[in-house]
Amino acid sequence: MTETSLNDRADKQQAAHGGTLKMTARDVDVFYGTKQAIKNVSIDVTQENVTAFIGPSGCGKSTFLRTLNRMNDTVASARVTGDITLDGKDIYGADMDVVQLRARVGMVFQKPNPFPKSIYENVAYGPRIHGLASAKPDMDAIVEKSLRRAGLWEEVKDRLTDSGTALSGGQQQRLCIARAIAVDPEVILMDEPCSALDPIATAKIEELIHELRGRYAIVIVTHNMQQAARVSQKTAFFHLGTLVEYGDTSDIFTNPRQTRTKDYITGRYG
Amino acid sequence: MSPALFLLLVAGLAFIGWITGRARAARFTGTGANRPHSLPGYHGWYVALWALAPALLFLAVWGFVSPGLVDATVTATPQSAAIRLDPADLTAEVRALGTGALTTAFHPEVVPLVPVFQRVQTHYDVIGGVVALLLAFAGGAFAYTRVKPDFRARTRVEQLVMAALLGASLIAVLTTLGIVLSLLFESMRFFARVSPIEFLFGTLWSPQTGDSGTFGAVPLFWGTIFIGAIIAMIVAIPLGLMSAIYLTQYAAPATRRWMKPILEVLAGVPTVVYGYFAALTVAPAIRDFAAFVGIPGASSESALAAGLVMGVMIIPFVSSMADDSIAAVPQSMRDGSLAMGATTSETIRKVLVPAALPGVVGGVLLAVSRAIGETMIVVMAAGLAANLTANPFSSVTTVTTQIVQLLTGDQEFDSAKTLAAFALGLVLFIVTLLLNIVALRVVKKYREAYE
Ligand SMILES: Nc1ncnc2c1ncn2[C@@H]1O[C@H](COP(=O)(O)OP(=O)(O)OP(=O)(O)O)[C@@H](O)[C@H]1O
Ligand SMILES: [Mg+2]
Repeated sequence: MTETSLNDRADKQQAAHGGTLKMTARDVDVFYGTKQAIKNVSIDVTQENVTAFIGPSGCGKSTFLRTLNRMNDTVASARVTGDITLDGKDIYGADMDVVQLRARVGMVFQKPNPFPKSIYENVAYGPRIHGLASAKPDMDAIVEKSLRRAGLWEEVKDRLTDSGTALSGGQQQRLCIARAIAVDPEVILMDEPCSALDPIATAKIEELIHELRGRYAIVIVTHNMQQAARVSQKTAFFHLGTLVEYGDTSDIFTNPRQTRTKDYITGRYG
Repeated sequence: MSPALFLLLVAGLAFIGWITGRARAARFTGTGANRPHSLPGYHGWYVALWALAPALLFLAVWGFVSPGLVDATVTATPQSAAIRLDPADLTAEVRALGTGALTTAFHPEVVPLVPVFQRVQTHYDVIGGVVALLLAFAGGAFAYTRVKPDFRARTRVEQLVMAALLGASLIAVLTTLGIVLSLLFESMRFFARVSPIEFLFGTLWSPQTGDSGTFGAVPLFWGTIFIGAIIAMIVAIPLGLMSAIYLTQYAAPATRRWMKPILEVLAGVPTVVYGYFAALTVAPAIRDFAAFVGIPGASSESALAAGLVMGVMIIPFVSSMADDSIAAVPQSMRDGSLAMGATTSETIRKVLVPAALPGVVGGVLLAVSRAIGETMIVVMAAGLAANLTANPFSSVTTVTTQIVQLLTGDQEFDSAKTLAAFALGLVLFIVTLLLNIVALRVVKKYREAYE
């Protein structure tokens, strides 16, 4: 598909959903070996909105999310076809450096996975790799700014040298968000970021997502319907590797067009 | 009747015990609270074990006791009193002739005693066998009477199985203990002649036959460390670590499938093969090289040759420990780093290796402890000169080499020279033990961190 036709279609999508296009996916298929996990999915991610992916377990939400920053490259058997763009540029194209891409499209995982290093070093890891700070004061500033944005600064400012793994689960997850923010990404992908957390820690993360909205384009996978309704403006419902329905969160939850969506949201299966 | 036949009979009794015990238990009925406690099979085993264990124990003891009784009886006969020979030599020769271990007698006068010996031997064999049979029967009968519906045969059998397993592990522990004690004991005798201070801190090693000579073991300790902990590790740590990183992080599964076993084969090569490889190929090459570039003091047996080959031998240890600890770092660490836009090699250097470091260090310590105890390579390639030198091209000697040296050839057993081997062995044992303890602790700590 040529760039112009992609943009044409993207413009129409934009008109349909509102918001500035950040990432687009067109006709994406993902295979693990010969098994197809994602079938012909097209979707837009907008700058201003939080996009939620919902759907029953094994429907391919994580798989699709991982195509957006090419984390599927690390799975030997995975193969991705179709077009995915970031700011109109094909992210699977020959001139796209995957290392650069992942700095621009950050990711937060289901289980908090801080490195076994100090809190400071966890946050400084990305900026160091990408050479974002030349002197110690610059790095200190980045670390503080990132921890503040992740709502963790007040809790850890006196113990930045403690190990990141010594924090509570919720703090660890916010540390991972701070770590992702530290490289100043444009998009943040979150794969069930709250599934390992208690309700209070979950509420904190949701609040954080609200605050981060607008500054970063956010995509979140969640199993929790209320969470999707609370934090997102756009919702995509996946089922058996296909995108069944995509639209404004309010529409999906109050007035789904597909019976499959309706059944899932009302808890009839999944 | 031979002892083997009695053994067979005892086994037969046990089998009968198994059948009858089982049959008796099979007749028990009852449901609910009155349900028999154990399945019939357990009762069968209970009876069989009672028939077997006391009889076998007795036979084992009898096996130790009866030769003495036989010998005593043979020496007490009037025929043997007439023979002018040391009683111990006499019985030894008669026994050898009687059992067929010897076909012609050194002393023809003992030949008439051989039938006497055989008669006495048979006599005691029969006594032992009959007692064993009686014990088997008594044990079986006792157990049979205990077979009742509420008898906990299953628990008893379980206890016996546990006791057997405990016994098996005790054998290993006790053997180790025995070795340690004998090392300690002989070392004490050595230190009664040579002061521990001289031994541990003296720098001149020159044992002479008998009690003369100086026993300063520092050159030996240095040689051991130089070869095993320095040169060998300079080879083994980087190569082992890098091959582990390649195998876990870069190699395609197909490559890993054939490469890992080949690497592990290195660990299975007999050390004597490494030894002659070191002595016949590597050492001359190093000597020629040293001569070529004009390094003085190059000898045909060099620390470098032994250390290099030992390093190669150790690679699989380091690599498989490093492999395990890198593989034990959760995949989520790797994903987390890659998702930050780190390259594979940045991820390895900055996340995986630091996280795996304790495991790697533990592996290295284990490898060192193995290297300093290694004997064959250094005996063949390192040499015997107790030099205190840091020149890798010159010949040094190690603790293990010297132990071999001290104990080969004709030696009086209680000379200082021979006893020095035990003192060296003790030092080696203590050092390897400490290294192992530290290494296992480090590794365990690390495992806990991720599990
Ligand atoms: N590495 C892999 N190799 C092979 N198959 C995989 C792999 N990862 C996922 N799959 C398969 O792809 C399909 C989609 O998996 P995915 O993890 O994307 O589902 P999901 O929607 O995220 O599920 P969940 O809600 O349980 O996280 C599943 O059938 C899964 O078995
Ligand atoms: Mg998932």
